[in-house]
Amino acid sequence: MTGVRVAGVGLTHFGRHPERTGRDLFGEAALTAREESGVPPEDIESINYGNFMGALAERQGHQAPLMAEMAGLQCPATRYEEACASAGVAVREAVRTVRSGEADVMLAGGCERMTNLSTADVTEGLATAADELYEIRAGMTFPGAYALMERAYFEGFGGSREDLAHIAVKNHDNALPNEYAQFHRAITVDEVLDAPMVSDPVGLLDACPVTDGASALVLVSDEYAEAEGLDAPVSITGSGQGGDNLALHDREHLAVTPATERAAAEAYDDAGCSADDVDVVEVHDCFTIAEVLAVEGLGFYENGDGVGAARRGETTATGELPVNLSGGLKAKGHPVGATGGSQIAEMTRLLRGDHPNSDYVEDATLGVTHNAGGTVASAVVHVLEVDR
Amino acid sequence: MTDAGYDEWLDAVGDGEGYYLECPNGHGSLPPRRVCPHCGSTELDHTDLSATGTIETFTICYVGGPDFTDEEPYATAIADFGNVRLTGVVRGSDPENVTVGMPVEAGVGTNRTTDEDLLILRVR
Ligand SMILES: [Zn+2]
Repeated sequence: MTGVRVAGVGLTHFGRHPERTGRDLFGEAALTAREESGVPPEDIESINYGNFMGALAERQGHQAPLMAEMAGLQCPATRYEEACASAGVAVREAVRTVRSGEADVMLAGGCERMTNLSTADVTEGLATAADELYEIRAGMTFPGAYALMERAYFEGFGGSREDLAHIAVKNHDNALPNEYAQFHRAITVDEVLDAPMVSDPVGLLDACPVTDGASALVLVSDEYAEAEGLDAPVSITGSGQGGDNLALHDREHLAVTPATERAAAEAYDDAGCSADDVDVVEVHDCFTIAEVLAVEGLGFYENGDGVGAARRGETTATGELPVNLSGGLKAKGHPVGATGGSQIAEMTRLLRGDHPNSDYVEDATLGVTHNAGGTVASAVVHVLEVDR
Repeated sequence: MTDAGYDEWLDAVGDGEGYYLECPNGHGSLPPRRVCPHCGSTELDHTDLSATGTIETFTICYVGGPDFTDEEPYATAIADFGNVRLTGVVRGSDPENVTVGMPVEAGVGTNRTTDEDLLILRVR
């Protein structure tokens, strides 16, 4: 089985782009990734494209061939949809295709346009990641679902909104130098605690913003990279995916995410590593509590211990295990269908040494990305390693 | 819009004859189902839903979707009914007074925005 290398990454700025369409955003990210990789367009064999709610947001279904066109490529293109993990599965399937020997070069990534919708419409669009009969009809929203998990976490394991506020503060600090991030504004614990409630106990500054953006990666086989003399020091050495019941009320525990545990176990096994080997991690922190569920599900903390990690300084940029040096979904932004690809792009930059926060992890050799769908009914985990 | 399995279930809950689906291994789930979502058994029998449940977690939603604009703020809760949990909008209490552990019973109400039937958890 061949190894898979990241030959090029492309990101748009994450934020509000009222004047731009999704096709324009993805075209930019794809061209950037193509140019960085140095791969000639005719060598790209197919495109795996992640998108969640384009049919609602832009009245545009069948987006994948459109995105191939915008990337200047004439090759098969397929859309992958797994709610907020859409790009994660798109990348994972590209990795599997290259490993199988079916292709040497793939373009993978995703895009979402969200800020053109009203708050009510974006709330409804995101809510479709939940169970329509039993959750959406009961008024469950995306922040509301995480609020239910957050309260269940506090009840079951302890912790406080103040603990979580430290996660928001940390991720805003990390986003400050990141040119692609939506927010370049430091915040304080008091600001997080005093922000208006969206869905109690989730406040406005516990939540990721509504974001437009795109991500793209050029993935190549080891053999192709060597034959073409590509400068591609970062490899994807592990990939895993886990699933769970869609509706929260069908889960055994409301504040534990076995989909993440399953995805992580598969990815670690695939890469031949364990949680102890991880130097840096990008996790799916759509809400502050989501970062806690992620670092526990990935095996870095026991249930109940992850909530205080940022407050204790363990997951800050200078801590033992920096989490979300990109700024995370919380401060970098969360264009849902682009996020999984963006995490791998950011991790690639961190490990290569060309991310503005690379200095915090200059000796890092192994990074992990974690992308979750809905209330973690799906999760995708990747292990990335760099040649040193 | 009709939803076979779900509509009958909601009507039954509204009539005070709520039920859930139970497999031979004792797993509970809600219709429509052809198999148990926990073990895959295809032998699912109707079992009476407990008359009362207990709120396990809840949120007070200040920003709902377009179908809930006339409800804001509203409390949505997950309540434990023994072998199965229900997710519903809490009625019979101000959202600010809802607590974990509060006893509730399942019923059917009307969504004030859409006029459609809605599963509610009524505070006892
Ligand atoms: Zn069963």
